[in-house]
Amino acid sequence: MFTQELLDKSSLMRKKWEDEVKKIIAKNADMKDRWSTVSDLEIKRIYGPEDIKDMDFEKDIAYPGQFPYLRGNQATGYRGKFWTFRMFAGMGTAVVTNERWHYLLSTGQTGLSTAFDFPTLMGYDTDSPKAKGECGKCGVAIDTIDDFRDLIKGIPLDKITTSMTINPPATALWAMYCASAQEQGIPLTKIGGTIQNDMLKEFIAQKTLMCPPEPSVKLISDTVEFGTKYVPRWNTISISGYHIREAGATAVQELAFTLRDGMEYVEDAIRRKGLHVDEFAPRLSFFFNSHIDFFEEIAKLRAARRIWAKGMRERYNSQDPRSWWMRFHTQTAGCSLTAQQPYNNVVRTATEALAAVLGGTQSLHTNSLDEVLCLPSDHAVQIALRTQQLIAEETGVVNTIDPLAGSYFVEALTNEMEEKAWEYIHKIDEMGGMVAAIEKGFPQMEISDAAYKFQKQIDAGEKIMIGVNKYNIEDEIVDIPIVEIDDSIEATQLERLAATKRKRDGRKVAECLKDLGEACKKGENVMPFCIEAVKNYATVQEICDVYREVYGEYRDPGIY
Amino acid sequence: MAQRRIRILLAKPGLDGHDRGARVLARSFRDAGFEVIYTGCHQTPEQIAATAIQEDVDMVGLSCLSGAHNYLYPAVARLLQAEGADEIVVVGGGIIPDKDIPPLKAAGLKEIFLPGATLDSINDWIRANITPKE
Amino acid sequence: MKDLGQRVLAGDVRAASRLIRNLEDQITDTYIAIQEIFKETGKSHVIGITGAPGAGKSTLTDELIQAYRSQGMTVGVLAVDPTSPFTGGALLGDRIRMLRHAEDKGVFVRSLATRGAMGGISKAVGEGIHVMDVLGKDRIIVETVGVGQQEVEIINHAHTVIVVLVPGMGDEIQALKAGLMEIADIFVINKADREGAGKLYKETMNMVQMSRDRAGVSKGWQIPVLLVESVLEPHKFAESVEKLRDKIDEHYQFLVDHDLISERMRRKTAAEIQEALWGAILAPIMEKLESSGEMKRMIDRTLLKEIDPYSLADEIACRYLKEKPAK
Repeated sequence: MFTQELLDKSSLMRKKWEDEVKKIIAKNADMKDRWSTVSDLEIKRIYGPEDIKDMDFEKDIAYPGQFPYLRGNQATGYRGKFWTFRMFAGMGTAVVTNERWHYLLSTGQTGLSTAFDFPTLMGYDTDSPKAKGECGKCGVAIDTIDDFRDLIKGIPLDKITTSMTINPPATALWAMYCASAQEQGIPLTKIGGTIQNDMLKEFIAQKTLMCPPEPSVKLISDTVEFGTKYVPRWNTISISGYHIREAGATAVQELAFTLRDGMEYVEDAIRRKGLHVDEFAPRLSFFFNSHIDFFEEIAKLRAARRIWAKGMRERYNSQDPRSWWMRFHTQTAGCSLTAQQPYNNVVRTATEALAAVLGGTQSLHTNSLDEVLCLPSDHAVQIALRTQQLIAEETGVVNTIDPLAGSYFVEALTNEMEEKAWEYIHKIDEMGGMVAAIEKGFPQMEISDAAYKFQKQIDAGEKIMIGVNKYNIEDEIVDIPIVEIDDSIEATQLERLAATKRKRDGRKVAECLKDLGEACKKGENVMPFCIEAVKNYATVQEICDVYREVYGEYRDPGIY
Repeated sequence: MAQRRIRILLAKPGLDGHDRGARVLARSFRDAGFEVIYTGCHQTPEQIAATAIQEDVDMVGLSCLSGAHNYLYPAVARLLQAEGADEIVVVGGGIIPDKDIPPLKAAGLKEIFLPGATLDSINDWIRANITPKE
Repeated sequence: MKDLGQRVLAGDVRAASRLIRNLEDQITDTYIAIQEIFKETGKSHVIGITGAPGAGKSTLTDELIQAYRSQGMTVGVLAVDPTSPFTGGALLGDRIRMLRHAEDKGVFVRSLATRGAMGGISKAVGEGIHVMDVLGKDRIIVETVGVGQQEVEIINHAHTVIVVLVPGMGDEIQALKAGLMEIADIFVINKADREGAGKLYKETMNMVQMSRDRAGVSKGWQIPVLLVESVLEPHKFAESVEKLRDKIDEHYQFLVDHDLISERMRRKTAAEIQEALWGAILAPIMEKLESSGEMKRMIDRTLLKEIDPYSLADEIACRYLKEKPAK
């Protein structure tokens, strides 16, 4: 990057600066001895040319739209199009959520994102004993295609892309989406959106569990294959680091485990389905967390693009640049928000959103200030969305692409994140891949270690959360409106489900489920069978019960 | 030679998998010198109560972040009472709105730990309030 | 305490769990409750499961419970985990694998911490077995800590000992030669889908054949080596554990048929008497030495080489024992 002459000069000047610092701190000591990121990565007082002297501009940095895509996939940056403002929403019944969606679209949101309730997320119907007390609490309750039709009422499926945060029952919910589109006369080739459908991070972090890892990955590869052949605009996996981070991982762990998960899916689709990497890799998408440590997050997102591009080209011999691109959605960090002094959360979210934008995200959810306490209120959602609009349209940060490139610090930190991530990736390779590493409890233990360490640092005041361990208010009264989901929702939904079950042809349902089970046993792609089943009003749980029966049920092994 | 040791059951009732707090607490309890049994995610109140009795614990700590605490926490307390095991102290944690706390306490929860409670403060509370059985 | 014993005899689960707790906590007079129930013990078939950490013992135990329940048998489990030597605390993590049986009245799972005991089990295991036995459990499974080859204590408590091995644990076989080999009645190669399972199976078979004439307590029993499929293939896993269950029962029948059960019982009883004697004789003396500060003084003197441990022991024996062993 630099001439020897410049480096020599810098070295002399640096020495002089160091002497000056030593003199000052001898009299006035720094506030603390060690300075580190929220992930406890140590940061130097200053960075200079020597910290990035080994970088090669052409190979390591380049321009946007050029390998290794450090500076972005698109040559035009945010000038042609802002990132997608995609707010995650869902609560109560499908009808209630549909109303919220229409409201969000009217306020300038450009994509939809579905939050399901816990029974739906886990593949249980509202009438399961396991669902008691949970219906509609954390998202929308979907049992059958009747609910789904209400959910998407009035939404132009060929124009608006919809993301669905759904994992074990992803095949069932995606089948409902596909079937509903067909009913509206929209061909599958025209619909676009994302299903999260990333089970590896569930085993690692979020614990939305259904079947063991191996058949779970098989179901995911089914969707990849089906999407590749029939629903080409759909992103069939959103490989997620968000939940890994929320479970207590460091930024490096989030980066490494997420990318290694992605590699696992690539390897499985190639091996199991015989697909060429470039047939499906352009539809893989990622989902990251943007935490409170500003530069660490920017470096993480930049590093993610470079690692993926290199990995795809070098490990899987991909030829298509679209496979090298890492597309990702970002959400600000829920775990950085505090129940205390909740209005401070607006500031945190704004900072995190700015980091995501400077890191080059393509899609963003900003958390609402009350999300730590309850489902977000309309007003809180509006502030969160305005935060994004403000960054996009007032601050000017979109004027130029990747403005932090070339910063000694940001580039050095980006390199460090990449290096540490590759160490993890290689370690997991040696264990035999991510499924094997999960079986050994490796990523789970690493995350638990980090989470415990962080909590102890908070308790000791070594890391600060304002309002929690510093500047707290004694006997604080949190005075913000709390959104509550009426418990009567459960009765309403139970009645809806019962009505659907009454009207459907039970024999036909049983037949469809039997066919699905056979397909599972034979290792065939389940998607066509799922679509047929949901069209005949099979419920989410009925489909998942088939999987549980054939593949076995996986319970939390409680590695901690 | 008699030496009572505090035994704790740490449980996650309901369907949510947000177990960061529970995992951190399990380690913290061990490091505080307690014997801790962690159930992992997705347990029913019935499973939790039966486990508490078989393990003869002094305290059950509940963690649920899905918003279903008003149903799940009292259910565990009620089941223990029904078995005559009401000397087992039940506590809960999580994001619990202020107005939910009095009804939870009335239902038999001895303490509710809110966000921001330090590990040490929880351990101290246990030492002060949990007396191993006689 | 007498009352507690009576309640256990009447099948009260709460009383049983409390009694085990009292045993663990070494509460004075707990032996009265044991006296109360002792006559009723000796009906259960006790199965020990040992093997390295990560060998999958808890998951195997969970499936074994299932296999016995499907035959209508009732099951008790004592699962032992290590106590931290630094804090005295313990994470009792075995039970988490068995939670699906939590509500089944025919299953009683109890986690125990070692609390400093060596040999892979807790001191309360012996009595815990009695309690489960009196509750009428047909099978009692004891899962050891799994720290390594010194875990031979289990043989003093179990009729059938299963040693669980997994491929890919390096020098496992070498360690076995030293210790666990002597105690195994059945070998299980767990996670048999893993690389190296075939090799481990062959090595274990070779060893078993070489030591066929072992002087162990199951004389004449041909030690089987069973392959158990990965838990992630649930149907195959269940099938192979059913085979294991049948082998376990076959072993017990073998002991009965060849009149070896009484030999095992003698051994078990001897260990138990020894333990009781320790508790009745040595423990009170030790406590007195500790609390009076004499232990500390003895250590000081020994460190200064004023005296040696053997002379000290002799001195103490003279003080407390009417019949001091002749030199």
